[in-house]
Amino acid sequence: MEEATATLRVFRGDQQTARVVDYQVRLTPGMVVLDAIHAIQANQSPDLAVRWNCKAAKCGSCSAEVNGKPRLLCKTRMDSLPLDQPITVFPMKAFPVIKDLVTDVSWNYEVNRKITPFRPRPGVAWKMDQADVDRVQEFRKCIECFLCQNVCHVLREHDKKKEFGGPRFFVRTAALEMHPLDGANRTSQLREQLGVGYCNITKCCTEVCPEEIHITDNAIIPLKERVVDEFYDPLTMIARKIFGAK
Amino acid sequence: MTPALQYETHECDVLIIGAGGAGLRAAIEALAHDARVAVVCKSLLGKAHTVMAEGGLAAAMACVDRADNWRAHFRDTMRGGKLLNNWRMAQLHAQEAPDRVRELEQWGALFDRTSEGDILQRAFGGHSYKRLCHVGDRTGLEMIRTLQDRGVEMGFDVFMECTITRLLQDGDRVAGAFGYWRSSGNLIVFKAKAIVMATGGIGKSWKITSNSWECTGDGMALAYEAGSELLDMEFVQFHPTGMVWPPGVQGILVTEAVRGEGGILRNKSGERFMERYDPQRLELSTRDIVSRSIYTEVKEGRGSPHGGAFLDISHKPPDYVKRKLPSMYHQFKELADVDITKGPMEVGPTCHYVMGGIRVDAETGQSSLPGLFAAGEVAAGLHGANRLGGNSLSDLLVFGRRAGLAASEYAKSSSSPVIDSAQMEEAARQLLAPFDRSEGENPYAIHHDLQEVMQNLVGIFRTDDDLRRALGELEKLKERAKRVRVEGSRVFNPGWHLCQDIRFMLIVSEACTHAALARRESRGAHSRLDFPKTEEDWGKKNQVIVKKGDTINLFSVPRTDMPADLQQILSDEK
Repeated sequence: MEEATATLRVFRGDQQTARVVDYQVRLTPGMVVLDAIHAIQANQSPDLAVRWNCKAAKCGSCSAEVNGKPRLLCKTRMDSLPLDQPITVFPMKAFPVIKDLVTDVSWNYEVNRKITPFRPRPGVAWKMDQADVDRVQEFRKCIECFLCQNVCHVLREHDKKKEFGGPRFFVRTAALEMHPLDGANRTSQLREQLGVGYCNITKCCTEVCPEEIHITDNAIIPLKERVVDEFYDPLTMIARKIFGAK
Repeated sequence: MTPALQYETHECDVLIIGAGGAGLRAAIEALAHDARVAVVCKSLLGKAHTVMAEGGLAAAMACVDRADNWRAHFRDTMRGGKLLNNWRMAQLHAQEAPDRVRELEQWGALFDRTSEGDILQRAFGGHSYKRLCHVGDRTGLEMIRTLQDRGVEMGFDVFMECTITRLLQDGDRVAGAFGYWRSSGNLIVFKAKAIVMATGGIGKSWKITSNSWECTGDGMALAYEAGSELLDMEFVQFHPTGMVWPPGVQGILVTEAVRGEGGILRNKSGERFMERYDPQRLELSTRDIVSRSIYTEVKEGRGSPHGGAFLDISHKPPDYVKRKLPSMYHQFKELADVDITKGPMEVGPTCHYVMGGIRVDAETGQSSLPGLFAAGEVAAGLHGANRLGGNSLSDLLVFGRRAGLAASEYAKSSSSPVIDSAQMEEAARQLLAPFDRSEGENPYAIHHDLQEVMQNLVGIFRTDDDLRRALGELEKLKERAKRVRVEGSRVFNPGWHLCQDIRFMLIVSEACTHAALARRESRGAHSRLDFPKTEEDWGKKNQVIVKKGDTINLFSVPRTDMPADLQQILSDEK
């Protein structure tokens, strides 16, 4: 019997030298796309660049686009893909390519710095109910794979990196805002620096989240509501006109 | 100097190498003491191996079991380490861990809660009380994100995806580090008054491991090459429960929390075999014992279809399993087509942790080299011959803080070091040599063969013959590594990156093998088939490894006497 193989069509080079190269890979049981990439490195092309760490879907390093879909390479089983045609493996589109499958995601770290960190209310007793912790823990599951950032059309198509923070940082902000003991207010930051208004809740981010965080429903919409309550509530607006901005 | 050998230079008071739990905690402490801090790490910030820690963080908070206290934690740690631990480190660790946990909470970490609203703690192997603070089975992620956010808030400089390949010295004193940017391949030099080594473990030298690619022993190898002493290198922990099937996921960790939450181990006939090996503690025995038990069951023909044991949690309600062990549920469902709420997992031992490492002073983390400090897995002492689950995360916090503090104080009281440029030039030449060869060895092939040697000859059970053979094989691999060759450019070139990793892995592998050969007894994680007994005499000494010329020099150091009050704690029951 012939050995089962698959063809991987991999993006090579950078923005200027972009090309695709086909590689034949021998299939093994339970193989994931990252295994196939590693097999190519070991046997065919040792300089094929891919970012990865844990290979267990815990670190969020190996984000890429498999057959056009944003995925973690370590979590994408080869046997879940149609193997009678080449499997395309491309880098994330929303970020500049460094080489092959590795992109420059440093912009995300810059956005992160803008967010007011955890500010416990003075004198709190450090007691919390699990029910209150539950909803924040959903956000704390985020492994910073940046797939939500990659798929968000505000960043992917419109490249609003200056005005917009992206789903990942709404998730982080929501975790801080909903922390039972946090005392800071981040609504003006959300409106002005993170541009939460640009999001028109198409839920693309939620669909690709490997941690299954309900990004749109549980993080972004409640944050939008906070912004609306504070800045666009008619009564508050009248009050602000009369008494001046607070 | 030719353009290829040019480097950028950065100066700081304290250079932290590694951005896992220990490195980040050290950075936070050094910043709090007004040091100029630079953190350098091989991956992106927040991706270090700490992120994979699952089960929890051991601290005698007594939130669940009111009787728990630091003495009990100290006693458990010492007994788990078969009394080979540095007793002062074990004492400091047990005493300070609760404060380090509270601090994390004050920086925004959200642990699971008790019904009274306190931090929930779970049972774990070798701990006599429910002691592990946790967040489901993703405690490491919570910890690293909290520390990362704290560090960003304090404004540390992070050099991400940057590999250090050599320590630079001013005489004996450590004066800086040389390395390269992984993305561009450009060279970089750090001048520092003090360095905290926090590079983690060495698991990537073994074929079956729970460790991420980063765990290649960099810190130990760098320190060793600079003349620092390594301690207890024979003690390598094989975690009892890694995934065994399918092949691509072999070794990936299955958290001890599965057993902490009531998981049962069975062999192929359905027998709960831990009843034969440790009838009191059963599945919650220490890791060395559970690993050997599974290994023995498999060896004697009672293993699961893919050469492991069955671990079953499906007697618990499905919702409970999904809530307490969410990533295990997803990991098995997605990668192995197993629903752990309905049936058992297949598990087997996986190389997980090294108890040995850089020899340090208990109070400060100071190594035998002036200016070089170490904390976390890269340092030795706390765990003795076997680490208890949950003691690693607390280790990172307690000794990360201490090393950061001591390094900042050292930096304050010392002048700027001087580095002669010959060191940089030599480091650059060594780093770039694989590009110059027109033919030579493939780094992936060398790595593959190294993993086979360590897996087969320096594994759970060891013999004189195997270890001597391993040393012979390592010599051959060292020769091959001298001829390693890469193709392509310096821009994000994984084959080239692996060449550096191999150099480090060979050093630590050789250190482990030498130490294992010399220790002619079995103790904790070090099991000799030819010397199966634990010998009293061997309990009175630790083994030190230091570089002498181009060879490894190994000697024993006597253990210092434990003060009477600690002796008393050890002899108390429970």
